[in-house]
Formats: sequence, C-alpha cells, structure tokens
Amino acid sequence: MGSSRMSKSLNQIVLPVAGGTALALSVALVVANLDYGQNKISSLEQRVEQATLQAEAAGRKASEEAAVVADLQAKIADLQAFAKETAARGTDLTEKAPKKDTGYGLGREALIAEIAAWDVDVLPDGRGLPAGRGDVFTGEEVFADKCASCHGDFAEGVDNWPVLAGGFDTLADKDPVKTVGSYWPYLSTVWDYVHRSMPFGEAQTLTADETYAIVAYILYSNDLVDDDFELSHENFSSFDMYNKDGFVVDDRPDREYARWSTEPCMENCKPSVEITMRATFLNVTPEEGDETLMNHAAVEDAPTFVANTATTDSGGDKEVPDTAPLAADPALVAAGEKVFKKCKACHAVGDGAKNKSGPQLNGLMGRMMGSVDGFKYSKAFKAAMEEGRVWNEVELTAFLAKPKAYMKGTKMSFAGIRKDQDLTAVIEFLRTTSE
Amino acid sequence: MDSKMKTSRRAFLKGSVAIAGGSVAASAGAMEADPLITEVQDWATATGVGVDETPYGLPISFEKDVVRRNVEWLTASPISSINFTPIHALDGTITPQGCAFERHHSGAIELRKEDFRLMINGLVDKPLVFSYQDLERFPRENHVYFCECAANTGMEWAGAQLNGAQFTHGMIHNMEYSGVPLRTLLTEAGLGAAGDLKDKWVYVEGADASSNGRSIPMEKALDDVLVAFKANGEALRMEHGYPVRLVVPGWEGNMWIKWLRRIEVADAAVESREETSKYTDVYEDGTARKWTWVMDAKSVITSPSPQMPINHSRGPMVVSGLAWSGHGKITRVDVSKDGGITWEKARLGRQGDSKALTRFYLDTEWNGEPMLLQSRAMDETGYVQPTKQQLRESRGENSVYHNNCIQTWFVDENGVVENVEVS
Ligand code: HEC
Ligand code: HEC
Repeated sequence: MGSSRMSKSLNQIVLPVAGGTALALSVALVVANLDYGQNKISSLEQRVEQATLQAEAAGRKASEEAAVVADLQAKIADLQAFAKETAARGTDLTEKAPKKDTGYGLGREALIAEIAAWDVDVLPDGRGLPAGRGDVFTGEEVFADKCASCHGDFAEGVDNWPVLAGGFDTLADKDPVKTVGSYWPYLSTVWDYVHRSMPFGEAQTLTADETYAIVAYILYSNDLVDDDFELSHENFSSFDMYNKDGFVVDDRPDREYARWSTEPCMENCKPSVEITMRATFLNVTPEEGDETLMNHAAVEDAPTFVANTATTDSGGDKEVPDTAPLAADPALVAAGEKVFKKCKACHAVGDGAKNKSGPQLNGLMGRMMGSVDGFKYSKAFKAAMEEGRVWNEVELTAFLAKPKAYMKGTKMSFAGIRKDQDLTAVIEFLRTTSE
Repeated sequence: MDSKMKTSRRAFLKGSVAIAGGSVAASAGAMEADPLITEVQDWATATGVGVDETPYGLPISFEKDVVRRNVEWLTASPISSINFTPIHALDGTITPQGCAFERHHSGAIELRKEDFRLMINGLVDKPLVFSYQDLERFPRENHVYFCECAANTGMEWAGAQLNGAQFTHGMIHNMEYSGVPLRTLLTEAGLGAAGDLKDKWVYVEGADASSNGRSIPMEKALDDVLVAFKANGEALRMEHGYPVRLVVPGWEGNMWIKWLRRIEVADAAVESREETSKYTDVYEDGTARKWTWVMDAKSVITSPSPQMPINHSRGPMVVSGLAWSGHGKITRVDVSKDGGITWEKARLGRQGDSKALTRFYLDTEWNGEPMLLQSRAMDETGYVQPTKQQLRESRGENSVYHNNCIQTWFVDENGVVENVEVS
C-alpha cells in the first residue's frame, strides 16, 4: 500500500529531475519494502513530497535545480543505507541486548572446591587427568562387573549396545565398524567419557584408578597393548591412538559450497527419471496400534534385506505373551505392557524369550531370584538365589521402585519406576506371563 | 445486514446455479440434505466445558495421532535415543513444545530451578556461579531458531528407508527462545585472562548423567549463542533442558546443551566423545570429517507425504513444506512434480527468518496423475540444496550425519504417498 503509492510519486518527480539515479532509488525502495521500514519510509515520503515542490521550482530555476539534485542524492544514499540495514536484519525484530563492559555484578565467585568437582574434562594432551594407575588385569575384572552386561565380556557389544573393540581396517569399507580401537583419535576421550558418562545408569561412580584400569582393558581388547600393560597419568600422553591422523576439519566450504551455489536448473534438467528404490520395501517404519499410520504397499512382496545404516532389531523385542490368565485386568495388563517398553532393551518375555543383557522374565512370579540358566548374575543376585529368595509381588515392587537400593550391587542399570500405577501395571503384565 | 444486500445475494446464488447448469443442478437434486446442517446437533444445544475444567490445555482428542514417535530398532534403549516431531501434521513454522523431538544420551532429568547452578570457569578473570534467578536479571533477547539433530535424515543415506516425513525429517523443531546472550555472561566473568580470543574455545556441558560436553569456537560463542530459559513463551520442557539450555543458532542440535551447568573458556577443543566418536563422518577413503557444526540448507515437503496421503478429489491442492538453513535466511524454494525434470517456484509463507524454519506452499492442481514430488531450498549465500547423488559423489555412502539431500515422495493415482529414491 504505502510503498506502491510512494514509488509512484517518486517516479513522477525523480525521473525528470534526477534521471539515472531513479533506478538506484527504486531498487533501494524495493529492498526497503518491509513492514519494519514503513514508519521510516512514510517520513521519507513526506520529505520527498516536499522535494516535489522544490523540484517544480527547480524546473523553473535552473540554478536551484543542481542543489535539489544534490539534496535528492543525499536522500537516496540515506535510503540505500537504511534499506541495506533493514535487509540485513530481515524480519528479526530483536534489538541486541545492551552490553555492559563492566558487567552487572551478578553471580558469585566460584570456589576452588566447586571448580574441582565439576571441571573434570580431560584434554587430548592429558591436561585434566588426575593421578592414578590401573592395569589390564584389574580392568578386566571391573569391566566384567560394571560394563560387560551391555558391552560384552570382550567389549564386543551385546545386542544393540555399542561395540567398543575391533573394526580395524574397516573405515574405508561400505559399513565401517567405528570403535574405540578403530576410530577414536584420542585416548583422553576414552578416559574422559568412561569416567564421566559410564556405566550407563550409574555415571560418575568410577574412581580414577578404576578408570585407568578399564581404559587399559579396552586398549587390550583392541589388541593395542599386551596383557601386562599398566596405564597411568605418567605414561598416558605417550600413547598414540590408531586413528589419530584420521580426521580432517570440516571441508564443506571448499569441497561443496562453491560448486553447489550456482543458479539452479528449472526446465529439462534431466532427460528422464526412474524410481530406483522404495521405502515400503523395507518394512521398518513403526506402526501405531493395529492401524498402520503409513500406507503400506504390498509388504508381503518385500525382499528380505535390512537397513544397513543403523543397527537392526535383535529379535527378542517382538515377542509378547499370547496367553493371559482370565483373572487379569486387560486394561491394566495393556498399561503394563506399555511400561514394559522401558525394560525391553534388556529383557525379553513370552514364548521363546532369550536372555539379553538382562535375564528373560518368563514365569517370574514364584521364580527363584537369580535362577535363569546361562545368565551371568551379579554376586548380589547369586547370593539371593543361594538364600532361596523368591519373586513375589512385594519383593518385585520394592525391587522395581529402587533396584539399587533393594539389591545392593545389582548390575541392573535402571533407575526405577517412580509412579505407583506404572509399578502395579508392569507387575500385572509380568504376572500374565507367569503361567 | 440490510434487505437489499440479502436479495442481491440470493439473486447471485440462483444465477450461479443456473449458469453452472446440468451436473451441479442434478447432483444437488439427488443429494440428501446434510443432517449436520439440517438437524440440531448436541453441541449446538447443550453447553460445553467450563473455564475451570482445563488449567493447562492439551490438543483436542481428535488430534491424538499428532505426537512424537520413535523407531524402536534404532537404538538399544529408549533412554539413549531419539523421537521425531510430527512435522507432517503441523503448519506454519513454530513447533509446539509438547511435540518437539527429543534426543537424550541418558534420559531427560527433572532439575528444579532452585537446584540449578551455572558455572563459568577456565580462562576467565573471575570464575562465577549463577543461580537461575541471576540469569533472569541480565538483559535478554527473543529469537526464533530451528534446532536440527545432525542425524536428521541420517537413516536415508543408504537408500529410502522410513515411510514418513516425521521419520525422515522429524529431528527438528523451531521455537522462539527467550534468554541471555552467552557473550553477556562471558563478559561478566571477564575474558581478559583468555588473551587473544581468536583461537579460544568454550566448552559447554549439561548436568545430566551423560554430561554431553561440546567445544564451541569463541567466535560463535560471542556471536549469537543464547543461554535460554523460555521457549514459545513458557518455561522449557523437561525434555528440552528445563530450566536452562544453550541455543546455538544454525548449528547441530547436539551442541545445544540441555540442563546447562558449566561453560569453560579453554585454549583447545576438548575432543569429547560427542565430537570424535559421534558427530563425525567417514569419507569413502576412510578419513573422517570433524567439526561439521553448521546445518546446510535443506527442505522437505510435509504434505502430501506418506503419513499425509491426498484424500481429496481432483482439483485444487496445496503442497506444503519446510525449508531452513544454518547459514542464514531461506531466499527461495522450488518444487518439482516430476522428480526433478522441471521445477516451479514455491511461495514462501513469510519472509524467512535467519536460521529459522520457513514455510513454503505451492498452490496447484492435482488430477490423479502420479507425481514425484521434490523440494529444493536456496539460502542467502546462494547455496542450493543438493541431490542425494551430489552428496554421495562428494562424501561417499558412509556418512551418518548432515544428510541435507532433496527428498522425493512418490504419489500414485490414488493419492497414496511413498518415500522413494530416483535416478
Ligand atoms: C546398561 C548398559 C551399559 C553399561 C552397563 C555400560 N554402558 Fe557404556 N554405553 C551404553 C550406551 C547406551 C552407550 C551409548 C550412550 C549414548 O548414546 O550416548 C554407551 C557408550 C559407551 C562408550 C562409547 C561408545 C562409542 O562408540 O561412542 C564407551 C567407551 C562405553 N560405553 C564404555 C563403558 C564402560 C567402560 C562401562 C563400564 C564402566 C560401560 N560402558 C557400561 C550402555 C552401557
Ligand atoms: C539397562 C538394562 C536393564 C533394564 C532397562 C532393566 N533391567 Fe532388569 N535386569 C537387568 C540386568 C543386567 C539384570 C541382572 C541383575 C544382576 O545380575 O544383578 C536384571 C534383573 C532383573 C530382574 C531379576 C531377574 C531374576 O532372574 O532374578 C527382574 C525381575 C528385572 N530385572 C525386571 C526388570 C523390569 C520389570 C524392568 C523394566 C521396568 C527392568 N528390569 C529394566 C538389566 C535391565
């Protein structure tokens, strides 16, 4: 509205008077044609309208004309600068918050003890490492106790959990196996991550010595050190990782940006088009309830190949119990099955359920604690079995509410179920599998 | 309404039916009157729900399918996993917090404002600890930014895999953040001790069990990074880092540390697990790229898409989608219906915000012909969203992250939509 009216009036006066500069001015106006600029522009419009009158006078008096042109040129420069600024800002209306170089005097000084507690990151050159040491032998024990339930005894990874060892010389293959050994460029990262973020569900509980030992053991699992190796803050930085020179800094700007910043093709961009792959052939899209969210074209015809970018299903997850005792409340059981999703990563239940990183849970009610064949329980559960303790509703409720508190030393890394109704539901669900 | 208007309107309606003639008149005659119109409905006679019923509202039950979803087989445990924003069912650009994707490395935690502490230490003049209340006393700004996980579309490198825009492109959300510029907090602690800022870094970490630390170059830290405590006007949700998260505009979501607890000024990158083992990509020859922070320009058609088949009759159709760039504003989006042979310019819903989602529309017709729908974004640097072939030629097929390829949806004659790859 305002802008089109304005450009018209500008055309009328500017063209005869300023000639060529009109083009520049209208370009500037187009760029400035944003809501944000409206106020400024209408005031300029008034100024320009005044200039109209002056311009008419200038038509009569040639000597004044030059002055008007100069005046208009100054306005054009003004407008262009404003247009540029507006364009740069776009529709982002936030003005920068004020900055005070002297500060606001907020917050309080951090104490040395506080910094020491939180600032535990370790840099590639070893800065940040606490003093300590640990050997492969000790590491193997700690690893078996605290890590192997997910990462496997030899760091080879259980089910879908991360693999930490092997994969050497696969980085240039189709599906590279990226492990601590084959891929990680710095030993500091292993120490830092294990110390700070593992074991999963019990982070920040490892001592410095335990961490040195575990890292030594992970190196050993990767055949990078011998079995008599000891790692300490002293020999730490002398250790070079296998893939230390394997990384380059983001090279997209050189590799891609210039090549991909050309005017795009709009017509006849290629001679023909063919479909080369269809997602419906890979029946991996999750479904909701009984009704599929996606439209499924002939899934039956699907060739049996699986996705290769991501890890695939380990099998056990799909099994759900098919016989529920009559007494069970179906709604509660259904709710319990939902809660059981939290457990599925580690436990299977139902026909043919196998042990995963946790034991299978078939027939749990009345089952002896720690009694599933072939599952390697923690000492705590082995002891419970020897004492002849049996799972019932009361015990299970206490265990699932706070696993670590109920069974000191359990290797089940699960924080517990907080909501009472979830607890009741999941226990009801597990009961249906107890027949 | 005055009587003159009424009569003229009736005359107009009569006239138009007469002109339309045969088919309309005949079908109108054969059609039963719509009971939704002719009969008084329950909701038109009884009263509805009172204002004391819903202190905090959720979407109406009919929209219960518009929720985040996850893909179970992707990860070993839902505690270290990701879910996807239902972008197929949303319009406009702002993502409601309740359906904005989540990615945690050790689960979402409940951290009270009273228990929140933010430490700034390292190469600063005075290491500081802030409470939540302290943060609210610094001058703050509001900005809309997209947050995209670097792994968004990552499952599609090897080929078309997941059938739905939610699953192929839903690791993204777009919110209006309120927060304090990081530069303000760094200035508060004083950067004199850091000396020349050119080669300095800030290392940021969260309070959760994963701690998820990342190194950010000082130049970015002093530019547009925000320490945010509100999103879309209300407190952050637990799953997005309540009470305080970092907002790193245009850069990969993993750097947007949630439950922010510490900012360290350092003279080197930490090379944490999240910037070595993860968030790096292997090229064909086995070398890997690191520090690939910026999210390049990208777009996707959200409707029609596999979860949004065309379920209307032939005629007018709206193709709708989203475009974004970590380098700045989206300046143009083109749409192709024939798999990239011909393209037409789409209409941008609104002038693009920098580093925020832009909605685009193509107002077109569909007459039952099969289509291969694609969209192609351009940003203010002139960068044009590449095809999957271009990406594979440049990087090989072993990348996980930063797949910003042009997406193709196949629409068949029944309006059913499928995720496909084309030559
Ligand atoms: C309950 C299962 C579990 C246990 C027990 C566990 N981890 Fe992990 N570990 C995980 C998960 C899950 C991840 C991936 C976390 C993520 O997504 O950020 C992981 C990641 C890792 C990684 C990084 C892998 C990579 O390629 O980036 C290392 C190293 C590691 N764990 C070492 C250990 C060590 C050492 C222990 C014992 C002290 C341990 N873990 C105990 C589940 C576990
Ligand atoms: C991160 C993996 C993990 C998750 C998640 C997990 N568990 Fe466990 N669970 C284990 C492991 C490992 C053990 C063996 C504990 C030991 O030996 O100390 C175990 C043991 C158990 C036992 C004892 C079984 C026996 O034979 O005595 C029960 C019961 C159990 N889990 C139930 C559950 C339920 C129910 C859930 C979900 C609410 C759950 N667990 C979640 C890993 C897990």
